[in-house]
Amino acid sequence: MSHDATHEQPATDAATANESGQRPVPFRGGGFVHRSLGPVAPLVFLAILAVWELGSRSGFISPIALPAPSEAFGALVDLFQTGMLWKHLGASLYRLVVGWTLGSLLGIAVGLFIGLFSLARAGLLPLVSALFPVPKIALLPLFIIWFGIGEGSKVATILFGTFFPTVIATYGGVDNVDRNLIRMGQSFGMSWLSIVRKIILPGAMPAILSGFRISASIAIVLLVAAEMIGAEFGVGAYILMAGALFALDQLIAGVALLSLIGLIIAWLIGKLEKRLLSWRT
Amino acid sequence: MQLLLQNITHHYGGTTVLDDISLTVDDGEIVCIVGPSGCGKSTLLRIAGGLEKPDQGQALLAGPEPDGSLNPLTYIFQDFALLPWRSVEGNVSLVLEDHGIAAAERRAIIADVLARTNLSDFAKALPRQLSGGMKQRVAIARALAVKPAIMLMDEPLSALDSQTRELLMDDLVTLWTRERFSACYVTHNLNEAVRLGRRIIVLSRRPGRIRDVVEIDMPLAERADRLAELETLQRRVWEIMREEAREADREISDVA
Repeated sequence: MSHDATHEQPATDAATANESGQRPVPFRGGGFVHRSLGPVAPLVFLAILAVWELGSRSGFISPIALPAPSEAFGALVDLFQTGMLWKHLGASLYRLVVGWTLGSLLGIAVGLFIGLFSLARAGLLPLVSALFPVPKIALLPLFIIWFGIGEGSKVATILFGTFFPTVIATYGGVDNVDRNLIRMGQSFGMSWLSIVRKIILPGAMPAILSGFRISASIAIVLLVAAEMIGAEFGVGAYILMAGALFALDQLIAGVALLSLIGLIIAWLIGKLEKRLLSWRT
Repeated sequence: MQLLLQNITHHYGGTTVLDDISLTVDDGEIVCIVGPSGCGKSTLLRIAGGLEKPDQGQALLAGPEPDGSLNPLTYIFQDFALLPWRSVEGNVSLVLEDHGIAAAERRAIIADVLARTNLSDFAKALPRQLSGGMKQRVAIARALAVKPAIMLMDEPLSALDSQTRELLMDDLVTLWTRERFSACYVTHNLNEAVRLGRRIIVLSRRPGRIRDVVEIDMPLAERADRLAELETLQRRVWEIMREEAREADREISDVA
């Protein structure tokens, strides 16, 4: 959906002008409005798949360059039938959920501190700015030394990856809370804790939730990186293994799984937004 | 209870915004403060309610607090300051929750103030569903819930269209006739000032000083029917303000 400009044939003045010289005011409005077009997204998706499949069958797309969707689907069915699907998914979801939850909780806490206290802002904000751009993948060897080669280092990678964007979203949200609402709370003698709990936190919630959207995607990106070393199971490990063996059908199947996880998470966050932010128009 | 402001002087950066202002709000009296834009009216009100500290001078309270008053100095804001995520009753409840009132009693207070402001049917509505006038009624209900001794009203009707403003002004007059609240009412609308004020304090442009005080003895309830007399008064206040307003309009603002 884009800003569609509606092009309507302008009625020629001569044709519609009556004898007294009256004519309709030319219409110049319309357009620049989004309409919700429900079935477009799945149609586009199916069209791409169809073209791809046709290209592969006709030999236009070489199977060495890109396997056909049906082959990738076959790999998925294979995964399902051997029961490995749940092992891989289970391991990955565990790392995602634990890492993302801890990272988000810590991020919200630190973001609130930065938003509320000048000392925390002066001390922590430069640190956040310095550490946010560091690729967490580069720190993986360090994490392995600190947290062990098992689940610890994998969860830590995702935790650190989701922590920083959450911090930034949260303190930005706190900064954007209407100062007048805070003044109102003070003028009614509300306690500091009540103001934070009942005014600042709900006021920052829209920003925190849009931060969740970003941090969830980052978590999925980091999942593959985290499963690079010493992971027996996991969607990321499966993809890397397939890549190493040039089993491209399995690689595509794994990537499709990651996309599916991403879609489901986005849908869940959308649900959460509907629940928590129903007060917005 | 009385509110006394004594020799209030205040600066923002290098600019003096208020210069030696003294005034008293007596029990049951509505004092209107008018002045050109940027003369420090709102700053004065924030100082009066303890939201800001004056550089010099002091704000004092005299006399005992009325029984059961939870928040003697209570504001009504121009932009209503309602929490958009709370319903009408939730917004009223908000200011009661910190006072350790039992839930049943809290519900009774909320029902009472909503009834007094004719909002009972809207208890579950969210602020975004209400018109500006209704939002300000909710803010008034919220203020009544804490049983204020003195209301500090910061341009309460300025965000409303003129018809709604008339309606709310009638509401305020009815409310005052019934409850005799005291108020410090800041406005730039002279019509509101002569309709509601027992005294009108005219401030000069920045730095705000008291230019003049106009007293109006006419009972509040009669004013809606004696608009011709008020018109004369309003013109008198405008004569006092005209030059100040003209000069203020030509100033370059460097104070938020």
